[in-house]
Amino acid sequence: MAYSEKVIDHYSNPKNVGTLDKSKTNVGTGLVGAPECGDVMRLQIEVDDTTGIIKDAKFKTFGCGSAIASSSLATEWLKGKTVDQALEIDNMDIVEELHLPPVKIHCSVLAEDAIKAAISDYRTKNGLAAI
Amino acid sequence: MRKDTVNKMELKLPIYLDNNATTPMDPRVLEAMLPYFVEKFGNAASRNHPFGWVAEEAVDYAREQIANLINADPKEIIITSGATEADNLAIKGIYEMYAEKGNHIITCVTEHKAVLDTCKHIEKLGGKVTYLPVQADGLVDLHLLESSITDKTILIAIMYGNNEIGVIQPVKQISEIAHKHGVLFFTDATQAVGKIPVDVIKDGIDLMAFSAHKMYGPKGVGALYVRRKNPRVKVTAQMDGGGHERGMRSGTLNVPGIVGFGKACELCAQEMEADTVRLSAMRDKLQNALMELEESYVNGNTEHRLPHTCNISFKYVEGEGLMMGFNKNIAVSSGSACTSASLEPSYVLKALGLGDDLAHSSLRFGLGRFTTPEQIDYTISAVKTTVTKLREMSPLWEMFKEGVDIDAIEWAHH
Repeated sequence: MAYSEKVIDHYSNPKNVGTLDKSKTNVGTGLVGAPECGDVMRLQIEVDDTTGIIKDAKFKTFGCGSAIASSSLATEWLKGKTVDQALEIDNMDIVEELHLPPVKIHCSVLAEDAIKAAISDYRTKNGLAAI
Repeated sequence: MRKDTVNKMELKLPIYLDNNATTPMDPRVLEAMLPYFVEKFGNAASRNHPFGWVAEEAVDYAREQIANLINADPKEIIITSGATEADNLAIKGIYEMYAEKGNHIITCVTEHKAVLDTCKHIEKLGGKVTYLPVQADGLVDLHLLESSITDKTILIAIMYGNNEIGVIQPVKQISEIAHKHGVLFFTDATQAVGKIPVDVIKDGIDLMAFSAHKMYGPKGVGALYVRRKNPRVKVTAQMDGGGHERGMRSGTLNVPGIVGFGKACELCAQEMEADTVRLSAMRDKLQNALMELEESYVNGNTEHRLPHTCNISFKYVEGEGLMMGFNKNIAVSSGSACTSASLEPSYVLKALGLGDDLAHSSLRFGLGRFTTPEQIDYTISAVKTTVTKLREMSPLWEMFKEGVDIDAIEWAHH
């Protein structure tokens, strides 16, 4: 199976690899997947307290090229969005953008889960209900 | 610079290190095959004209070349379409032929699917199959093997060398145990024949499957060795028709394929010893260099192992993602789920007791006759760079480095 150029690009030059300080109240961390399943994504967002806009996003992923590309793309899309806008990111958007084949759709699902988990963590830290 | 120095430094890309999947055909094999497509196209079963005689003569000669490699008699070689068919013929054929004696077969969990799935089929037919576990190094426990034999046991089916980890089973001891109890011994030697000395007499093998395309021959041709004396072994044909191959496998013979198979066997007989020295030295260099990476683990016994194979898990990076870092230039395979149709990690690695995480993180390197030292150096560097890069990107590596107990985390399985 050949990878799409976009997957190869994100894999070769991943955007926003790194770690944010998870002890900060304006940082939300989502850790999804499982080592036994062959993919684990950790996605973090840092929210501007005054504007509610995601000013930074970072990821680290253990997984195949499509999983790495999905999380890299997710961090790119998150930056500049409000938390509510970020919730609208659908896994099928990722599938379309990266031209993921059917066997790799679960990578996009995992990225969407990671976004939701990071937002949930941010919300609970700030006295809001988890999503 | 002198010309030979230039040649030595020349690196040939892409690098093929997946020789356990298939080998490139040796040009000398192709040369031997070519006349048998257009010019000498006869049916080896045509007894009444020169076209048939020429084909038959070529097949007879090839059968001798094949038999010589494994110290068999040419009459004991039943040509098939490959090792999968030979596995099927051996197991199903023995099950049918020896039905009066019993219905129990013993095999082991790290066998190739061609053996395991055939055994599953036997179970559906009402047969009993014992699937022996293997030890952490991939070897079968001989005491357990012997104690699994019952008065209904008709066949022990244990592979010679494993395709994923290269571990070589104690075939001679297994055959001794089998024969002590009057049980036949079958071995799938697809990965071993042509790579290491396999001698059906010394090893006490009653039936043996092997294939041309794993030893620099063509795809689509293989053989089942069926012993003719001490004891005389018979299998029930699984393909009915013109009664070819002493009635055990009907179907017009694939003459060019068989000629190529014969030539491949002859070349292996001549070059195996030198290839073994060269390949094991390169394999060891590759393995030692990659083991310098922290948290890397060689899978399977390294003492009883095929000379061209090594299987290594690089913890905290996923195999498919790892291959993507260099698969434009280097072909290897992985036990990762992402590379299999079933989305399950390698059952062979799991049988060694490896966690799924380590199975996902494995790469199999299969060197071959045409592998060069320059290619090994390039591979060492590419794999090391990619593992390091991906670990920098791996949340698990970060946790490991921070001393977090990853096993204690409650992961959401998806």
